[in-house]
Amino acid sequence: MAKPIYQEFTKGLWKEIPPFRLVLGLCPVLGVTTSVENGIGMGLATTFVLLCSNILVSLLRKVIPSKVRIACFIIIIATFVIVVEQVMKAFVYDLYNTLGVFIPLIVVNCVVLGRAEAFASKNGIFRSILDGLGIGIGFTLSLGALGLVREFLGKGTITVWGEPFFEGPIVNLVESMPSFVPFEFMVQAPGAFVALGLMLAVMNLIPSK
Amino acid sequence: MGEMIKMVVVLSILSVISGGGLGYLEKKLKPIQEKQIMEKVKGPAVKDLLKDASNDPVADRFKIQDGDEELTIFVGAIDGKPKILVLESNASGYGGKLELLVGIDTEEEKLSGIRVTTHTETAGLGSNAKDDPSFAAQFEGKSLEKSVAVVPDNGEISAIGGATITSRAVCKAANQAIKKYKELKPKLLEELKKVSQ
Repeated sequence: MAKPIYQEFTKGLWKEIPPFRLVLGLCPVLGVTTSVENGIGMGLATTFVLLCSNILVSLLRKVIPSKVRIACFIIIIATFVIVVEQVMKAFVYDLYNTLGVFIPLIVVNCVVLGRAEAFASKNGIFRSILDGLGIGIGFTLSLGALGLVREFLGKGTITVWGEPFFEGPIVNLVESMPSFVPFEFMVQAPGAFVALGLMLAVMNLIPSK
Repeated sequence: MGEMIKMVVVLSILSVISGGGLGYLEKKLKPIQEKQIMEKVKGPAVKDLLKDASNDPVADRFKIQDGDEELTIFVGAIDGKPKILVLESNASGYGGKLELLVGIDTEEEKLSGIRVTTHTETAGLGSNAKDDPSFAAQFEGKSLEKSVAVVPDNGEISAIGGATITSRAVCKAANQAIKKYKELKPKLLEELKKVSQ
């Protein structure tokens, strides 16, 4: 591990940004990114689980017997997922309702389990925190970006956290430009694949070092 | 052998800590979650059920003790006269617990309507109990004398296509509410009088 420590954080933002570079954890990426708001909400929930499970797995890495490590990781991850689910149910009920089944599904998100297995179980706590934060933020940004593209093209709006901060969508093409017809296709399930593919293509245009 | 024991011990300790922690968290968050459900799900459902009410049924709710259970009852007033009681009830549907609001007209002794609030039924089939108003509409005006049942059970309610178990669960929950109402009638009518004052 000769890498400088800050790279553990920054790699999650570009070099190993989960849905695009690692192409991991695609189930929520395709499922919930029908709007910016949903994407970011899902990303933040995943980041929390990722960070907490990374910390715990890293702390317990010497105690956990290697034969049952996956079972132990799942217990740790599932616990934090239920914490997130209960907290969201109590404080952001509407978002909890829209994300629905995808919150419990964080348990089987390969980004979370992948980081626990590939990184946190082999590295110290400080590196694991940075790794969890970096990958988590990268994941949130990816979901937000994908949600932005899909919502803008599919509905002609950009909604960032409706009520508490803004009244309604901050951009509304349908109202301000009546000639604009939203491509409904983009917010439907197949549109997710197309949007993801296009974003992957654009990212591959930029050469990585 | 030693490794075997270590595996069992580590897994057990992890599970116990996780279970205990989550139990504590649920206890702490339960009241806030109930408040959210009241605002976002039950409140609108009660108001929808009591469309003609001249009062605010959510504000005029009261609690009543029934054995160990505490029941929340919503009151609807028609033309200023409180006469409809909305009871909460539940039954197991196809996918889990199904919660129901049952409106009872205390003057004419009949059902004024039902609404499904939370459920875990199959989307597109059982979920129609909540989403298809024509199913719930069948319960309106049914007498309290006879228990409600779906057609195959010699009743009058036509079940939702592809969701007989869900339809039966709704009937069961409605019947439970009617039974509760009959049992607690004197107490409930007394509370109702208090609201009208």
